[in-house]
Amino acid sequence: MTDNVQHVGLPDERPPANTVGPIAWLRNNLFNSWYNAILTVLVLALLGSAIPPFLDWLLVKAHGFDSTSPACRQDTSGACWGFIGEKLRFILFGQFPWNEQWRPLATIAIFIALLLASCDRRFWKPWFGLVWAAGLVTVGCLMWGGVLGLTPVENTLWGGLPLTIILSVIGLAVAFPAAILLALGRRSNMPAVKVLCVTYIELIRGVPLISLLFMASVMLPLFLPNGVSIDKLLRAQIAFIMFAAAYMAEAIRGGLQAIPKGQYEAADGLGLSYWQKMIKIILPQALAIAIPPLVNTFISFFKDTSLVIIIGLYDLLGTAKAALSDPLWRGFYREAYLFIGVIYWIFCFSMSKYSQKLERDLNRSHRR
Amino acid sequence: MKSGILAAAAAAVVVTAGAGAHAGLLDTVKSRGFVQCGVNAGLPGFGNPDSAGNWTGLDVDFCRAVAVAIFNDPTKIKFTPLSAQQRFPAIQSGEVDVLSRNTTVTLTRDTSVGLNFAPVTYYDGQGFMVNKKLGVKSAKELNGATVCVQSGTTTELNLADYFRSNNMEYKPVVIESEAEVNAAYFAGRCDVRTADVSDLAATRGSVASGAEDHVILPEVISKEPLAPAVRHGDDQWFDIVKWSINVTIQAEEFGITSKNVDEFVNSKNPDILRFLGTTPGMGKALGVDEKYAYNIIKKVGNYGEIFDRNVGPATPLKLERGLNALWTKGGLQYTAPFR
Repeated sequence: MTDNVQHVGLPDERPPANTVGPIAWLRNNLFNSWYNAILTVLVLALLGSAIPPFLDWLLVKAHGFDSTSPACRQDTSGACWGFIGEKLRFILFGQFPWNEQWRPLATIAIFIALLLASCDRRFWKPWFGLVWAAGLVTVGCLMWGGVLGLTPVENTLWGGLPLTIILSVIGLAVAFPAAILLALGRRSNMPAVKVLCVTYIELIRGVPLISLLFMASVMLPLFLPNGVSIDKLLRAQIAFIMFAAAYMAEAIRGGLQAIPKGQYEAADGLGLSYWQKMIKIILPQALAIAIPPLVNTFISFFKDTSLVIIIGLYDLLGTAKAALSDPLWRGFYREAYLFIGVIYWIFCFSMSKYSQKLERDLNRSHRR
Repeated sequence: MKSGILAAAAAAVVVTAGAGAHAGLLDTVKSRGFVQCGVNAGLPGFGNPDSAGNWTGLDVDFCRAVAVAIFNDPTKIKFTPLSAQQRFPAIQSGEVDVLSRNTTVTLTRDTSVGLNFAPVTYYDGQGFMVNKKLGVKSAKELNGATVCVQSGTTTELNLADYFRSNNMEYKPVVIESEAEVNAAYFAGRCDVRTADVSDLAATRGSVASGAEDHVILPEVISKEPLAPAVRHGDDQWFDIVKWSINVTIQAEEFGITSKNVDEFVNSKNPDILRFLGTTPGMGKALGVDEKYAYNIIKKVGNYGEIFDRNVGPATPLKLERGLNALWTKGGLQYTAPFR
């Protein structure tokens, strides 16, 4: 009776070729309708005509890092990486004295180490603030010198990547707490505080950063008594902090407004004071919600530091431009801008990636 | 952190407040230990940092001459790179002692901007560059040409004036960024590129290949005398800057260079003896060391050496002396006598 019952299952048949496999993927994603097919072909043709010449220029026909300017001018079909080879230290460190350039290099390393460590939540402890303080003091000693036998270096000679990092990291670190206070102030019930914060935010947000920098560098010295001058870097740094604080305050206010009223009422119901309520209940949630706009601000400020060129400070973009003004090496724009573009991209892309991770970790309850 | 920065700001204000005393600028500079010089943030051949970050250029060297006159040391100087907008506030507010940043001498700058101009260090002027293939020999033959010009500059206005006054037509291609104007010209979008002659020469020198395919026409349609400047109100300082520059011109006139200056110290010519400080008097009158002229020539060089080193035919800029030759050789470089 049971003899003609098969106990072993038939071997699985392959699914039809039009649902799995590379061909199916292509059909479903690239050629699933006539207009997508046309677009795919067009895009492929475009890439096909653009990428090989670019790679040719970038690598195949390029002159190496030790090539000279006349050699590059002889044959212009490839990139001249000799420009980067010759100007690398100037682009990275600006006019910092040549023999002391290990100091800005160490500064970059310290900042990157601190930033990477700060990304790890195990270090989010009060003592890590001390590590940051120690790091900043070390950086200050390294850059200014004048202690431990280091030759003093004026901050007008700072430039390149360390300047970009110092301006953005210190700028954002100082602006962040200020922005929280401004955001809280803007939502405060106290009229004077509220008016003050609203005025500040709207005033600063209403002018371009470049005009604030101009004010700081061009107008301020004229108002000061003759001979009195405030350090140029400090002026730029303060302008950055003021600007970043106003923008971040609005991002944080967005986060504050997204918190349901019940959270405030629950905190009040527990008898928490205003600051306890904010620090323990509201801000942790609000800041987590505000991560995307905050990171947006961070990234744009990292890049906005390049505006300091207009007040005569050489950030990374400024040193690259100044390197191009060497009569021997004029005209190698593509190499210079590509090189610093890659540096900027690495920093900004890391920030963006980390913020995505942070969002996943912190926003579990709000995930939509 | 914030209070730290505020404290630092307060300290910065207090520390520099002492410098505003009413002593002359020379004393201030001497006690400070270096000259503050405002330069271009990056103009090839005139003011640009080299690969090691040291400032080089024609404008830079004249600042070094001032530092040598006072300290006998071309490194006792602090360069402040300035943008076109920043340069006048910087000199007015005392952020720099000398502004040596390819600045054209004009009446308003000399008066209402509050500057005193030292002798002209470079006579520039607006000119035209064309491709050799066109066979144009003079700007007068440019009727109907397409002209590449940078927007928002006096260059654009001078161009319009020149063509109108010569009853010629032209088609402007106006672009904001200098790099792109040049790219447009070399890509053949226009027949003519107009800018200051030194700029045209530098541009021509920067093209990857075929620099010899382009000619700069002989007509110069505007006057752009570039000179270092100091602010009103300190005549002694103005004198020092003025005569430090004159030294380089006089030295070339005498045939004294950084290499042979020692041979002239005991010359038979009383003019040279007075000039080099072997016969004292000139240094004392200025309030600097008697050997200041000797030091400038020894450490910076004469005008010709400075010119050749930074922008001359052996450099990528390949500029000819032209108007900047000595007056004895048909140029305009001339100095009042040292006596």
